[in-house]
Parts: sequence; C-alpha cells; structure tokens
Amino acid sequence: MSQEPQRGRNAQPMNRFEVTKRLVSRLTQGEAVIGGIGNTHFDLWSAGHRPENFYMLGSMGLAIPIALGVALAQPNRRVIALEGDGSLLMQLGCLSTVALRAPRNLTIVVMDNGIYQITGSQPTATASAVDIVAIARGSGLAESHWASDEAEFEALFAAAQMRASPTLIALKIDGQSAVSQTPREPVRIRDHFMRAIASGGAPG
Amino acid sequence: MAGAECAAARPWHIVLRDVLKANNVRLVTYVPDNVLKPLLAAVHEDPFFDAFCVTREEEGLGIVSGAWMGGMRGVLLMQTSGFATLPNVLASLAVAAQIPVLMVVSERGTLGEFNLGQALVCRTMRPVLDSLAVEHHTCTRLDEFEFIADRTIRQAVATQAPACLILSPLLTGGKVLKP
Repeated sequence: MSQEPQRGRNAQPMNRFEVTKRLVSRLTQGEAVIGGIGNTHFDLWSAGHRPENFYMLGSMGLAIPIALGVALAQPNRRVIALEGDGSLLMQLGCLSTVALRAPRNLTIVVMDNGIYQITGSQPTATASAVDIVAIARGSGLAESHWASDEAEFEALFAAAQMRASPTLIALKIDGQSAVSQTPREPVRIRDHFMRAIASGGAPG
Repeated sequence: MAGAECAAARPWHIVLRDVLKANNVRLVTYVPDNVLKPLLAAVHEDPFFDAFCVTREEEGLGIVSGAWMGGMRGVLLMQTSGFATLPNVLASLAVAAQIPVLMVVSERGTLGEFNLGQALVCRTMRPVLDSLAVEHHTCTRLDEFEFIADRTIRQAVATQAPACLILSPLLTGGKVLKP
C-alpha cells in the first residue's frame, strides 16, 4: 500500500464498471452503499442492484455527507460512499467533517477520471495539479490511499472493512461511460433503501 | 432577550431543545450563528444530542438525510444566508426523495438588520420555501413556540416532507449592530 500520495501512479487507468463489480462482489454483510451522481452510481446500478444501495439523482457532492449520516445512525453497519472527482471537489469540506467525527464504519471510494464526464468531459482540477489523496490526508483522513491497480484496490478495500476508522481509497479510472443508467425514481429508491437497512445494521 | 420579562418561562432555546428531545431528534448539525449560540450550547451540554458543526449547510442537509434513512432523526441549524445555499439540494434530495429534513433558520435581514447583503438574501428565503412547497413557520412569540415547533416536527415526519422553522428576531432578539 502506498504511504505517500502518488497521483496517477497506475499507468493503465482502471475501468469504473470493472472496479465497481469487484467492490460489489465483496459486499456480504448488508453494507449500505451511497452512489454519487452520474456515472458513479450508474455503474453501481449496472454492477447488480442491491436493496442496500442508494442512488443519488441530484444534490451533486453529497454522497459522502449522506453516507456519514447513515454511518452515524447505524454504527454497526458498514457504509460505503462512491463518489466522483468532480463531485468531491464541490464539497471538500465534508472530508474534514468525516475526519473529525471519525466514524468507525465509513469507507469512501473516489473514482477519479479527471473529467466532468456527464457534461461533456471537461477536465476537472484532478487532471492537472490536484491530488485527491493529498487533500484527504490534509483534511485529517490519515487512511487515504491511491489504488494502483484492481488487486491493490481489493486489498485496500478489504483492509478498510476491518478498520475502526474511516478510509478513503482513490483510483484513476478511464473515460468510459457507464454501462447502463439507473431508473430515475427517487422516492422508490429511497423507500427501498430505507426498508433494506431498517434492521439497524449487521454485526460490526 | 425576548421573554426576559417572563422570568419563570423557559427561554426560546430551552423550549426548542426540549421539543427536539421530546420528538427524538438526536442529531444536530449546524453552521455556527451568533443568535443560535445559546441553543448550540444547550444541545452540546445535553448528552441526549449528537451535535456537531459542518462546513456548509448543504453538507448538513446530506448528513441529516442519510441519518434519517438510517433511522435517526436530525435537524440542521443555520442562519438566513446559509439557507440561501440550499435550494438545489432541497429540490433534488429532500423534496424529490421525500425526506423530512428539519431546518431551523435564525432570521437575519429584517427588523433592524445592518448588513445589506443579509437584508437582500432574506427576501429570497420564503419564496424559495414556497416554490418548493416546503412547510415553514415564522416563530415570533415565546408562548406559541413550543406548539409550532412540536407540531411542525410531527407533521414533517408524518407526511415525509422537509419543514423549516424561521426564528424571528421577535423571538430571539436577533443580532443588532453594537454602537
């Protein structure tokens, strides 16, 4: 695992759908997953719907805050926020809030393709000077790491699920569009998600 | 402070603390505000509450939304200018997904405001709430406050709709320019 942030260390960007499938295949404890807007949650949906997934249909930048809220409400359930680089850049303060609250059950995964893909692939700041992992560490999230390939991502994710402090994992992904799109039904999505996690959480 | 003439009565911030408690609203997120200071102190002092500061009002709305979906009731405290940052996330998260986010706004921009920016942004607040059909009440009197706050929370939860309590300077004393 990388000790220092090394932006874009992977020569071959990963594919979001392939990585998301790997992530979903590791979910066996009823983990709640909050999918950020756009392609991030489209590929979460495409990887195989789980009732414990919440797909955001707006409110850009709030995947991590929503996940923090779920994590605080249900400390015995593992919660994962999937967010894109453009969305995170819009709400960087949430990283410091997560660091100060230090929930033991929250993992943040940032899919960094360096573009606002859904609006026409305009470059984000991470395409040049900005390093998401360095920002996260500077925000107080000590366990923030770049994953250089799929195997390292899986290892970092597995370690995060065993850790009693928040973790951020960032990975450089390619510019492929999502495989399919989530139905745009916010009330139904919210209701199914709530019912799925109503039990209060798997043993942590 | 308003209500000071009635020494036996609980001040507004204690009334609101007690109403939040009675309705099991445990999570308190806020962006700091001078008028809200006594309420912030009261919820921080009471171990019933999990109270913390967020960096933006939008962030607090997201946290309270997530907590509610996870079974924990919450509230977002802010001042008028902070509310003005919320229309997008209100429309696309709380209203769209029918999440009963409770908002409490300390009203700036009226009844003696000294900052033109606050006075202007205040005029956007009720039109935004009305255009999203978000229930809101302006609280001006201490003797009505408990009833309004309690019923607003109950209705928000029962109808799965966000709601907003606006705390008028008539209730809180507001913030005035010191000579």
